[in-house]
Amino acid sequence: METDWIMGLVGGLMIGLAASLYLLGNGRIMGASGIIGGLVDKSEWSSAADRIVFLIGLMLAPSIFIFIFDFEADTKATTNVIILILAGLLVGFGTRLANGCTSGHGVCGISRLSIRGIASTIFYISAGAVTVALLRNLWGAIQ
Amino acid sequence: MGGYTIKRLIAFCSGSLFGVGLLLSGMTDTSKVQGWLDFFGNWDPTLAFVMGGAMIPMFLAWRVSKGRKPIYAENFPAEPQSNINRDLILGSALFGVGWGLAGLCPGPAIASLIFGGSQSALFVLAMLLGMRLTPQIRSQISSSSAT
Repeated sequence: METDWIMGLVGGLMIGLAASLYLLGNGRIMGASGIIGGLVDKSEWSSAADRIVFLIGLMLAPSIFIFIFDFEADTKATTNVIILILAGLLVGFGTRLANGCTSGHGVCGISRLSIRGIASTIFYISAGAVTVALLRNLWGAIQ
Repeated sequence: MGGYTIKRLIAFCSGSLFGVGLLLSGMTDTSKVQGWLDFFGNWDPTLAFVMGGAMIPMFLAWRVSKGRKPIYAENFPAEPQSNINRDLILGSALFGVGWGLAGLCPGPAIASLIFGGSQSALFVLAMLLGMRLTPQIRSQISSSSAT
């Protein structure tokens, strides 16, 4: 769709504003994997309340938005259970090992001109691109 | 309101804004994410606009943070070490494989938990398990490569 890039830009600006608010207000990096991971392995238990509240907002707000504005939302995710579990494990382990994901290394890291953020982003995008190319061409698993 | 209450309010607002931004931008739509990763096929450029749009406020925020203190905290996150080590490369690559496989990364996975049905739920459960096991696996890799 022609409007996709406008929605992308508007949504992107909102993501950037959310990260700015978290940084300038609470002095923290808005990285999804770090916020979740610090709870899961209890490594950063002291800030647990802030993290939980952040995640509640992240979980509730999109659904409330969908409900109020009758917004059409569909993840179009695969129904292949094995792919979903394997992907989830890889994303969980990989982001914690690398200490960041699309939001932490990508949005917050690159905007800070962090070498680690830029390197991480190059690696996960490259690995993702190879994976999608293999999925499409070898298995025909996705449209 | 005390400082703690305001910090939590900021965390809630930030999470909410992040979630709606992910939804509107198409990051919770796995076909858009996988379409963007499909550089060798039918490439969808939308996510470049999402990343670009998100960088603008954050680039300014980092500028503003220089020489100042956060409003409700003692200090800003320390400048990260610049070393690119094995964990960063291996972790990012494995994350990328998972991202390409399902089209979901941690933020959008949580953001779609309510409307994304059993697929989002299953993905998030596996992701949490992966995160939970990371400290153990990390120490195993370290000890095996040290010997």
